[in-house]
Amino acid sequence: MKRFEGLEKLTGRTLFIDDLPLENCLWGATVRSPAARGTIRQVRVPNHLEGSGLVLVDHRDLPGPNVVSLITDDWPILAAETVRHRYEPVMLVAAESRAAARRAAAQIEVVVDPLPAALDFRQTPTAEQIQVGDDNVLKQLKIERGEVDEALAAAPIVVEGEYETGAQEHVYLEPQGMAAWLDGEVVVVHGSLQCPYYVESALTRALDLPAERVRVIQAATGGGFGGKEDFPSIVAIHAALLAIKAQRPIKLIYDRGEDMAATTKRHPAWIRHRTGLSEEGQILAHDIEVVLDGGAYVTLSPVVLSRGMIHAAGPYACDHVRIRGRAMMTNSVPFGAFRGFGAPQTLFAIERHMDVIAKQIGVDPVKLRRLNLLTDGQATATGQVIDDGTDRQQVLSRALDLSRFTYKRSQHTAFNAEHAYLRRGIGLACFFHGAGFTGSGERAMKSLLHVAGLADGRVEVLSASTEIGQGTTTIFTQIAADQLRLDPEQILIAQPDTWRVPDNGPTVASRTTMVVGRLIERACDNLRERVGLDAAATGTELQAALVAWHEEHPDEELLGSARYQQPPGIEWDDETYRGDAYSAYGWATYVAEVEVDLRTYTARVIDFVAVQEIGKVLNETLARGQIQGGVVQGIGWALLEECRWQEGGMANHQLTNYIIPTSDDVPSIRVAFLENPYPHGGQGAKGIGELPLDGPAPAIFNAVAAATGVDPRVLPLVPERLMELIEQ
Amino acid sequence: MAIHQPSTLSEACALLATHNRGSDRDLAPSPLVPIAGGTDLYTHWPQRPDEHAKSYLDLSGIEELRAVRWRNDSLTLGALVTYWRLIQDRTCWSALPMLVQAARQVGAVQIQTRGTWAGNIANASPAADGVPVMMAYDAVVELVSSEGREEIPLADFYQGYKQMRMRPDQLIRSIRIPRRSFLFQRFEKVGSRNAQAITKVGVAIARSGAGWRVVANSVAPTVCRCPTIEALLDDKVTVRGPDDLATALSQDIAPIDDIRSTARYRRRVLARLLYFALRESCSAFE
Repeated sequence: MKRFEGLEKLTGRTLFIDDLPLENCLWGATVRSPAARGTIRQVRVPNHLEGSGLVLVDHRDLPGPNVVSLITDDWPILAAETVRHRYEPVMLVAAESRAAARRAAAQIEVVVDPLPAALDFRQTPTAEQIQVGDDNVLKQLKIERGEVDEALAAAPIVVEGEYETGAQEHVYLEPQGMAAWLDGEVVVVHGSLQCPYYVESALTRALDLPAERVRVIQAATGGGFGGKEDFPSIVAIHAALLAIKAQRPIKLIYDRGEDMAATTKRHPAWIRHRTGLSEEGQILAHDIEVVLDGGAYVTLSPVVLSRGMIHAAGPYACDHVRIRGRAMMTNSVPFGAFRGFGAPQTLFAIERHMDVIAKQIGVDPVKLRRLNLLTDGQATATGQVIDDGTDRQQVLSRALDLSRFTYKRSQHTAFNAEHAYLRRGIGLACFFHGAGFTGSGERAMKSLLHVAGLADGRVEVLSASTEIGQGTTTIFTQIAADQLRLDPEQILIAQPDTWRVPDNGPTVASRTTMVVGRLIERACDNLRERVGLDAAATGTELQAALVAWHEEHPDEELLGSARYQQPPGIEWDDETYRGDAYSAYGWATYVAEVEVDLRTYTARVIDFVAVQEIGKVLNETLARGQIQGGVVQGIGWALLEECRWQEGGMANHQLTNYIIPTSDDVPSIRVAFLENPYPHGGQGAKGIGELPLDGPAPAIFNAVAAATGVDPRVLPLVPERLMELIEQ
Repeated sequence: MAIHQPSTLSEACALLATHNRGSDRDLAPSPLVPIAGGTDLYTHWPQRPDEHAKSYLDLSGIEELRAVRWRNDSLTLGALVTYWRLIQDRTCWSALPMLVQAARQVGAVQIQTRGTWAGNIANASPAADGVPVMMAYDAVVELVSSEGREEIPLADFYQGYKQMRMRPDQLIRSIRIPRRSFLFQRFEKVGSRNAQAITKVGVAIARSGAGWRVVANSVAPTVCRCPTIEALLDDKVTVRGPDDLATALSQDIAPIDDIRSTARYRRRVLARLLYFALRESCSAFE
């Protein structure tokens, strides 16, 4: 099936929130902190702005608590007495034009008495830098299994390594933006977002309104990657506050520079491994420490840390594992959700570490992985016994075959001996990614989904899952049409609108196709039962039954429903962090071939193979697109994308200086799938959205190490950094 | 914001004489900023509200500035000639190929079709890609004002960061590039990615009967010739590796650490680019 909204987007006809007409609206803009940390002494509004018809909102205008509702109540909607990061919002303005609003915001001066800022999450904060508890630790977690100290002491070989990854900007094509207006007593917010119900709960709390007086509607959304999971709540609250104060509709649209400076990014990480091994390379013990930069506020850091830690030991068997982790508060922009959610950081570390081990003990990196890969019946770091029938060795073999790994390696040796300044190398990474919420998250959420049988015989899927460019609409149509034996044209997908669709959870965590897709199947079954048909019914029979039902029940709604049911046998203990962390995992091996130019110290990826087992592939074009897109984002993270910090603010917050890959910076990305249908996922699918970001960076680093003989451990590997390694 | 749109060069010069002449600047209306393709202005427009209040002289209506003139001994580019125009020009591919190579590496097609060679000179960025190849070809800049015309070799045009030998009432009318037969020419651009990147370090090298020309960008406050390197080449001094060039280069360039790269990287990479390029054609390189 072709992607539904693809052609409209390709030809520029899709209207995003900035394009949509909004009658009689004012334009909003945000006044932000100039300092990383300090006390707000004064907010100076120039005289000519006062009384000029400008609408001004600050923390005193808040009807509810000054908190953006997420995990911890620490993130202010508008800073009141203190600021904790540069670009933190302090005041809002609205004016008759976008330019006037921005001009006014630029003229308002926030005067801050600076306080000592904590800017390096790797360093223990000094007494005057402490702002959270007595150590600036936002969250601390521990996973422990077996007798780690004893096993390490007894191991014939111990290999240690430290690894670092930098922040990453989402660079969704469409920056953050919201419109807000009042419809009688109701506050309506319409905009670019991933999770309508997250925005709704943040709004009801901030505005102190009951849910029935708040309505959140998703507009066409130009990409999210997690950046529109947490942050849109704050943009929505700001737009709503302005709309209430002005009593007029508001558009609050960030431009690229503001978006990059002020919004969340991927958590920087520092990871240390101590690995006990046998002479042959069998992993006997893992002692792993994970430290994340949480930024100024908690946002989603505890769950990012948790997912990162659960993936930190890689897809390998080991009976003695200790993983300690903490997220540190610093005075930089809050770090938040980003595709992969902590796993790319920790998988980079373990997969680079595997090559470091291989080199140190003189074992082939492929053999080292073969020796340790999980086989069915063995357990992960949290003690989850893997028993899904996937042949993980086969995933690895397929990637080696497709990339001609062994042949390429010998070819590179000859090439490198010959060429004056080019060096080639090939590297791999084996990894996994848990799909859906961690632990008991899905069970706690109790997702609910409806499909409506309409009077004309068509069926409408009522879901809060959002289309953000990844193909939700297409896949949902495909699943509903198949389940009911209808033509895709007979399926409608409702616009996510909290007044129309039930809460089936956020569009995150690679859960949409797997978890929500399964809900669609079950809701379709329920709809069919409600009109007295069994599973054998044809589409024609169903449509006739829907029409007949509505003739008998005029003006009534006919809904099929499904609520999340946990697959059998899943156990998770949130206290001890033991048990089945995820109901399903995708398994993958990625291979990167690179060419390093010793004139410019530039590493270029010249070939890439991505092999994964993701349950059933529902739509090969979309699945391949997800993988290729994730690989491109991973190449960018590994080699190009660097947030350059100045006093906790991003100095290069424009696309001229924050470098993402162009089509000329990526090779052909060859994608192959192994299929092993997952019985509890929509049509047998497992999640794939995040998986492809985990593998590229370590595969590329391992390839650069093979090409040059250096030992790169800090990401991104920009040429300036590679030069220092090569010239050492 | 005010925009003046003259349709002839003399009209443009008259406007500049009124608005931009030094002595009565205080009394005159706000000075005019000439724009051709506008690509430098548009890129920063949202970030620089100060630019919104300025007055502009839009040159795009002056037809006489659009000409490309090939003569036996030279190429003359009118001030409105775009990168794209030369990318499409077959003669340029064979006669002055570095112009085409540089043009193809400026921004994306959208920028190449609007951006002009004269604008690249007048914007005076040390990272300009068009300037080093023109300078390596010994281009001469023709300036006009209501008081007359003058010619300045491009190599002498810059005096410091964004400082040019050009008065505010003068306009670039054309750029003249001599045609020569070249024994060697090479343009290298290192950006932070393969396309659509601002240069971190770059160099244009040409060897003709006039001698060696080595011109580097992004390694000094202006695009600059490297006379010490040129002399070393003209004198056929033996070079055993990139490090031998680094010493000479340090007299020619003054790179800095900035948001795009480091001084150390720029020094090293320029030496290496030069070494590996010249090794192909210079017997004095080992």
